[in-house]
Amino acid sequence: MKILIKNGRVIDPANNIDDIRDILIEDAKISKVAKEIKNGCQQIIEAKDKVIIPGLVDMHVHLREPGREDKETIATGTRAALKGGVTTVVAMPNTNPSIDSVDSARLLKKIIEKSALANVLICGAITKSRKGQELADIAGLKKEGALAISDDGSSVDNSELMSEALKKAKEAGMLVICHCEDKVLANQGVVNLSIMSTRLGLRGISRESEYKRVERDIQLAQKIDTPIHIAHVSCRESLEIISQAKKTGVKITAETAPHYFSLSEEELFGYDTNMKMNPPLRAKDDLQAIKQGLKDGTIDVIASDHAPHTESEKEIEFERAEFGVIGLETILAVSITELVEKGFLNWSDLVRKISLQPARILGIDKGSLGVGKEADLVILSPDSEWCVEKAGLVSKSKNSAFLGRKLKGRVEYTICSGKIAYNIAITK
Amino acid sequence: MPWTRKDLLGLEELNKDEIELILDTAESFKEVSTREIKKVPALRGKTVVNLFYEPSTRTRVSFEVAAKRLSADVINIAVETSSVKKGETLSDTGRNIEALKADIIVVRHNCSGAAAMLARNLTISVVNAGDGWHEHPTQALLDIFTLKEKLGRIKGLKVTIVGDIAHSRVARSNIWGLTKLGAQVTVCAPRILIPVGIEEMGAQVTEDIEDALRQADAVNVLRMQFERDTGGAFPEQLEYFKQFGITRERLEKAKKDIIVMHPGPINRGIEMSTEVADGANSVILEQVTNGIAVRMAVLFLVAQANEKTKRDENPD
Repeated sequence: MKILIKNGRVIDPANNIDDIRDILIEDAKISKVAKEIKNGCQQIIEAKDKVIIPGLVDMHVHLREPGREDKETIATGTRAALKGGVTTVVAMPNTNPSIDSVDSARLLKKIIEKSALANVLICGAITKSRKGQELADIAGLKKEGALAISDDGSSVDNSELMSEALKKAKEAGMLVICHCEDKVLANQGVVNLSIMSTRLGLRGISRESEYKRVERDIQLAQKIDTPIHIAHVSCRESLEIISQAKKTGVKITAETAPHYFSLSEEELFGYDTNMKMNPPLRAKDDLQAIKQGLKDGTIDVIASDHAPHTESEKEIEFERAEFGVIGLETILAVSITELVEKGFLNWSDLVRKISLQPARILGIDKGSLGVGKEADLVILSPDSEWCVEKAGLVSKSKNSAFLGRKLKGRVEYTICSGKIAYNIAITK
Repeated sequence: MPWTRKDLLGLEELNKDEIELILDTAESFKEVSTREIKKVPALRGKTVVNLFYEPSTRTRVSFEVAAKRLSADVINIAVETSSVKKGETLSDTGRNIEALKADIIVVRHNCSGAAAMLARNLTISVVNAGDGWHEHPTQALLDIFTLKEKLGRIKGLKVTIVGDIAHSRVARSNIWGLTKLGAQVTVCAPRILIPVGIEEMGAQVTEDIEDALRQADAVNVLRMQFERDTGGAFPEQLEYFKQFGITRERLEKAKKDIIVMHPGPINRGIEMSTEVADGANSVILEQVTNGIAVRMAVLFLVAQANEKTKRDENPD
């Protein structure tokens, strides 16, 4: 099947393009990108005034399957991804069973084969059951196709064990994704430790609990000389440490999530549990620092940290509610609204953060609209405003931090492996 | 200004006029408790539900007496709870009480924000009788009412709060209420019990009890909740008394007529000596009496505001 996309503004930093182009898709691949393509195509999409970008590569997603299919499944999660313009996700291993062995990886692959609507890549666990006690079968996970390892949700407290993990990852050629949190310093907190935790009468999570662990993981990565990726950076100090490490040549990349550059702890008045995540929303100053870090390149990647939870786990007392928010359906629009519209990033820079750089960090051939590449792309209307409403969300869980908010930038089509996988006109 | 809130969740969200309105209303209700027949029909036909997730005698009884003196029907629900116990959710319990056509829920809960969550999910009134470490607005209101009754004003007063500020909803509500009315608040505790950023709420901080008492017009002594002790954060009881306990000797160095308050129940010999608790400066039992008037005022105001909202929404 052929699809011809006409007259769209193609933003493809991998090929230094930000211009009006036609794109021809043939046999699931991009076969031509040119000023004007004449082709007797069955399917032509008119994309005048639309923006065309490579499909998003979201390297931090909790799909919950196997084990917590009440929160999300591979099918519902990838459906949400496509609606948000995400064509590739990295599934985090904190499932039940956790992805810490050949068997569990095979089980996950079977589910993916059967039900994934978008590309799902596997991140294995660092330790067995993510308990931080004993290393997972890292080499075995690699053989089963895992690209990276992470105990996301927890950090490996034992530095010696973490060093061992880094060595194994180095041997296997795998990226290590670090959830940086010292649980002792986090002191069972539920919001940022600040005047806000005092006003709300809630336990605070100190900034030290994050940046001290960032510091440690960088030291270990430097010693072992293997690449690490710092997940969900939320505070200024972490950025400063990462920036410094990058200057000294440590193989380190970093990511943040849309809520950390768009929402501050002040959203917590009223105890909205959809503002509860880990790391927590920080102060306004941190929010500015995160934006600056995106601009100056300290932060390489925007990832959603999509973390679905059921209503009964969220609509309860604040301190008892689960941490985490969904984000696949809003990652692109929040980024456009907060970063592109406000002049922090231009379109090409945004595409680097949400597609090209995560692909490069993961070592996958995505994030580009070059000829011959797998046709994963998004056609969006950049000026279209929409309101995030529960009823409109296709994720199985509705715990979005952006409910009720107006966002700019609407996905019209998501094309995944050359097929129209999402079409706003049909969904309506 | 009229009272327009269906709920009373905390003093942080109130302005000066709203706080003064409650105090003025309380003043007019205080006389009721001195009558031979201690009852007015203000809430006749209304149902007040005391929903208590934490053990509490004095606050619960105070609300019950207040509601009964307003002629409301009162139902007490004490819920056995622990953080691990799975049961009906707070919202579901609230919705059930609403379905019984109750008019006001008075809620005490060990989680901060519990009253706010209930209020958000219900159309009936919610009065916060203490939520976690967050707020205990009626306690602060009765403290302020008592101070005002004793000293004739709040503006310009120097009030010291001593004790575990970090885990105290009484301290937070007092800081908001007193500073909004123009008092100067000093908190005094071991550093470990002073929460981050308390200065930004308008309070001064000291660890020196004598310094804290020197200029004070009143001292509000919090109950030390040693049962909260998790891993050595709390000082030893005797050590605490030595450093922060309110004793006759310490009061002798303070203003002669310094007011001594305590939200109760007192740990005699830990946060204050028996002499001080029963001494001439103590207004602890007057606080209890005033608690009735303040809670009558709060119940009356929220019920009225909610009735007005309903009338406006469904005009005859």
